[in-house]
Amino acid sequence: MQNSAVPPVRKSIAVSTSPDRAFAIFTGGMHQWWPRAHTLNPKAERAAVIAEPRAGGRWFERAVDGTECTWGQVLTWEPPHRVILGWQLDEQWQYNPAFLTEVEIRFESKDGKSTQVTLEHRNLERYGVHAATLRAGLDSDEGWMGGLRGFAAVAGSAAAS
Amino acid sequence: MSYPTDELLALASETRATILQRLEAGPRTVGEIAQGLPVSRPAISQHLRILEQAKLVTEEYQGTRHIYRIDPTGLATLRTWLDRFWTRSLDAFAAEVERQNQTPHPSHAKQRRASRP
Repeated sequence: MQNSAVPPVRKSIAVSTSPDRAFAIFTGGMHQWWPRAHTLNPKAERAAVIAEPRAGGRWFERAVDGTECTWGQVLTWEPPHRVILGWQLDEQWQYNPAFLTEVEIRFESKDGKSTQVTLEHRNLERYGVHAATLRAGLDSDEGWMGGLRGFAAVAGSAAAS
Repeated sequence: MSYPTDELLALASETRATILQRLEAGPRTVGEIAQGLPVSRPAISQHLRILEQAKLVTEEYQGTRHIYRIDPTGLATLRTWLDRFWTRSLDAFAAEVERQNQTPHPSHAKQRRASRP
């Protein structure tokens, strides 16, 4: 599949703080803001989301029971302006060391008072035709939300809210 | 919401994943798709309808035969999902920055205290 087949996801948001602090909260305080329900381990409460602060560092979550689930790795670590995370969750949301897409986050001072945070998630074409399996989970009525509703009902869990 | 996990796959889409795997190898008829699967032919058709509605699979008539193949627009939806996902995540990040602007987080205060000589 051609690289141009799937354009990267690009997002940008302004936050009223310095690049230094924005970088620190984004990378170092990830468990404070990463949507709580977005976890690979719905069975145990999440204790931390950690991007080890160096190129080659692990990117993972840890549950209160100590279980760790790897999401990927830190590819580039350039505080306070740029970090590139390797998102290595395949089409079944399993960590796959042979699979990698890049998430680049840039932090640029806007006017001395705020920081423009720009995110690009690229290499999505690497999901290739396998994305179909994922999509079945995301979109079909019995998949994504349907499945989660089912899981929540079975588990009596409030985590799928 | 959470990521689709084992539970989800086990609940609903194990058979569909198998169907998609078979179609990744090339177009197939319902009979070819169903071969060796412990699922009734009507159930396979039901799964194919769901996959079709989700634009994962397209159906083509060749005479009296229905040929199914992978619909490449599947990636577009993956991308849309990731787009929404990152919007939610960056919004949550911005909210956390705001929260810390209002009330410095204790862990940061601790770090600052700890870093004092």
